Amino acid sequence: MSSAVATAPGGTSDRPYDDAIVKKFILATMLWAVVGMTVGVWIALELAWWPANMGIPYFTFGRLRPLHTNAVIFAFGGNIVFTSMYYSMQRLLKVRMWSDFLSSFHFWGWQGIIVAAAVTLPLGLTQSKEYAELIWPIDLAIAVVFLAGALNFAMTIANRKVKHLYVAIWFYMSFLITIPVLHVFNSLAIPATLTRSYPVYSGMTDALVQWWYGHNAVGFFLTTPFLGMMYYYLPRASGRPVFSYRLSIVHFWALVFLYIWAGPHHLLYSALPDWAQTLGMVFSIMLIAPSWGGMLNGLLTLRGAWDRVRTDPILKFMVVAVSFYGMSTFEGPMMSIRAVSALSHYTNWVIGHVHSGALGWVGMISFAILYWLTPRVWNRKLYSESLATTHFWLATIGIVIYTVTMWGAGLTEGLMWRAVDDGGQLAYPVFMDIVNRLSPFYWLRFLGGLMYLTGALMMAFNLIRTITGTEPHAQPEAVPAK
Amino acid sequence: MSNDNTHWHRSLIEPKAGLMAVLTTVFISVGGLVEILPMFTASAGNQADLLEQIHPYTPLEVAGRDIYTREGCYVCHSQMVRPFRDETLRYGVWSRSEEYVWDRPFLLGSRRIGPDLHRVGGKYPDAWHYEHMRDPRSTSPGSVMPPYQWLHESKVDTEDIRASVVALSRVGTPYTQDEIDHVPDLMKEQGTVIVQHLADAGITAEWDDEIVALTSYLQRLGRDRKATLATAGGAQ
Repeated sequence: MSSAVATAPGGTSDRPYDDAIVKKFILATMLWAVVGMTVGVWIALELAWWPANMGIPYFTFGRLRPLHTNAVIFAFGGNIVFTSMYYSMQRLLKVRMWSDFLSSFHFWGWQGIIVAAAVTLPLGLTQSKEYAELIWPIDLAIAVVFLAGALNFAMTIANRKVKHLYVAIWFYMSFLITIPVLHVFNSLAIPATLTRSYPVYSGMTDALVQWWYGHNAVGFFLTTPFLGMMYYYLPRASGRPVFSYRLSIVHFWALVFLYIWAGPHHLLYSALPDWAQTLGMVFSIMLIAPSWGGMLNGLLTLRGAWDRVRTDPILKFMVVAVSFYGMSTFEGPMMSIRAVSALSHYTNWVIGHVHSGALGWVGMISFAILYWLTPRVWNRKLYSESLATTHFWLATIGIVIYTVTMWGAGLTEGLMWRAVDDGGQLAYPVFMDIVNRLSPFYWLRFLGGLMYLTGALMMAFNLIRTITGTEPHAQPEAVPAK
Repeated sequence: MSNDNTHWHRSLIEPKAGLMAVLTTVFISVGGLVEILPMFTASAGNQADLLEQIHPYTPLEVAGRDIYTREGCYVCHSQMVRPFRDETLRYGVWSRSEEYVWDRPFLLGSRRIGPDLHRVGGKYPDAWHYEHMRDPRSTSPGSVMPPYQWLHESKVDTEDIRASVVALSRVGTPYTQDEIDHVPDLMKEQGTVIVQHLADAGITAEWDDEIVALTSYLQRLGRDRKATLATAGGAQ
C-alpha cells in the first residue's frame, strides 16, 4: 500500500499540483479554529457565570451555542478536511485538481457560508435543528458550494493517473456522497419569509429525520473524512505502511453501512416508535466493530515507529487522536444502550462524550496535519518544535479535565434528577438545587476548554512564524519501502 | 501484502470509482429508508383521530414559538417527558408522539440545563413568565438563565406572523382561510386576555409585546394532553 502514498515529484510539468488552494484552506482552518473555540470557551463561561451573557441578545447562550457548534464542525472541521483532501487527493491520484476555478469557488463559497452563519446565528435567525440551524438561503448555498467542490473532486478522480483507489479516497468519497444526501433531505422546508421556513416533516418524523442527519453529520463529516486523513497522513508522518489492507476494506464497508442506522439513539425513551429506538440502539452497539477496526489499523500502523512518538510532536498528536477515537467510539455505543441513556441523556455527560470525540479525535488529528503540512507546502522549517510539544500537552490535559469534569457533572445531575426518598417522592424537587451543584464542574470545564484554546493559539502563532520564516523545510523523510 | 493484487475486490471494485460511488450510495441508503419511510405511513394512519385532541398553534402561539426558536430556548430546555417515575413526578404525564403533530420544527431539545417545559403550560400564572423572562432569579433563585428584557420592549409584526401561518398551512397545518385572513385580530384577541391577567398582577403590557406572544406559547405546552386526560378521568 505504501507505494500509493509515496511522495510524488509534483504532478506533470505543465500541470503541477495546486498547493495554493491548500495554503488558503490551512489559513482558513487556523482562523476558524480560534474563532470556534473562543466562542466555545465563552459559552462555557456563561454557564459558570451567567453575567457573561452581557445582557445583549446576540450573545446569549441560546444563540451562541449553535454558532460554536457550527464554527467548530463546519468552519474548523470543514476547512481542515478540505485542506487535507486538496493536498492528498492530488498526490494519491497523481494529477492536479480538475478545475482551478471550482477549487477557488469552493474555497470562497465555503468561507462566505461561514461568515453568513456567524452573522445570522447571533441575530437569532435559525431553523433550530442541531447542526442544521442555518436558514434556507444559506442551506441552498451550502448545497451548491459543496456539490461544486464534490464535482471537482469527482472529475479529478476520473482523470487520475493511478488506477487503484487508495483507501483514503474511499473515505473521502463516502463523505462527498453522504453529506449532500443528509443535508438536502433534512433541510426540506417551505419558506415563510427570506429568513424563516418550516420543515416539511412534523413532530417525531422531523425529530427522526433530524437525528438521522445529526448523528451522520458526526459519522460522515467528523469521522469518515478524518479516517481518510488518518490513512494518508499517519503513514506519511510515521514512515510506516498501513498495518492491514484487509482490515481497512472490512471496516470501511461496515462503517458506511452501519452508521446511518444509529440516529435514533438520540431519541431513546422518547415518543419515537419503539422499533426505531431499538434499531438505533442495536446498530450503535455494532458500530464498535468497524470503529475499532479503524482505530487498531491506525495504532498498529505505528508498529516500529513508537520510539519516534516520544520525540515527534506530530506523532504524539496522532496517537492521542486515534486513542480518543477508540475511546469515544466505545463510549458512544455504551450510551446508546437504553438503560445507560436513561441516565446520560439530557445531561452534561453527552457534552463530555461529544468533546472527547471533537477535541480528542478531530481536533488532535487536525493539529497533527497542520503541523505536518504547513512546513511542506510553504517549504519553511517549523518555527518551534518545543512549542508544538507544549501545545500537545496543554491540549491533552485540557481534554482530560474537560471530559472528566463533564462525566462528573452528568452523573451528578442525572442521579439527582432521578433520586427519590423513602417515601417515593423526589429527593431534589427544586430543579435549581441541582443546577447549583454543577457550578464547580462548569468552572473546571471552562478551565479545560481554556487550556485547549490556549494550545490552539500557540499553534496559530507557531505556524504563522513558520510561514513568515526564511529557513526552508528539510527534505522529506525517506519514503517507506514497499 | 504483496498478494493483495490477487484479491477479487482489488481488480473488480476498487479501481472503478463509479462503482465505488454507487455501492457507497446503496450502503448509506438502506438504514435511512428502513427507519424513516414507515414514519410517514404510521403518522398518516393516526392523524384522523388526533385532529380533535391536539389543536394547531394559534397565530399568537406561532409568534411565541418563533421567538422560542429565535432565542434558542430549546438549547437549554427539553420538551420531552420520558416515561420514568421521577420525570412524571417532576414534570407531569409523559409525552406522546401525537402531541407533536403540529410541531414544525420539532423542539424536543437534547439538554436540560434548565427543566423540561413540555408540561409547563398552566403551571404558573402569566405574570410569573413575565417576571421570569425579565429577571430569572426573581422567580427561580440560583438560575443560570440570562435575562431576556428585550422581549418586554419589542413588538411582534402581525404581517410577519401571517407569512408564518401561510407557510405552515402550506406544509399541512389545517388553518382555515378565515383564520389566515384574520391573523392580527386573532392575535389581538388572545393577547388581550394575557394582558388582562398581567394587569391583574399589576403589570402593564400590550397585546403585541413579544413577551405576551412567548407567554401564550409557553402556557399552551401540554395543555391539550392535560385536557384529554381530564376528560378521560385521568386514566392513561
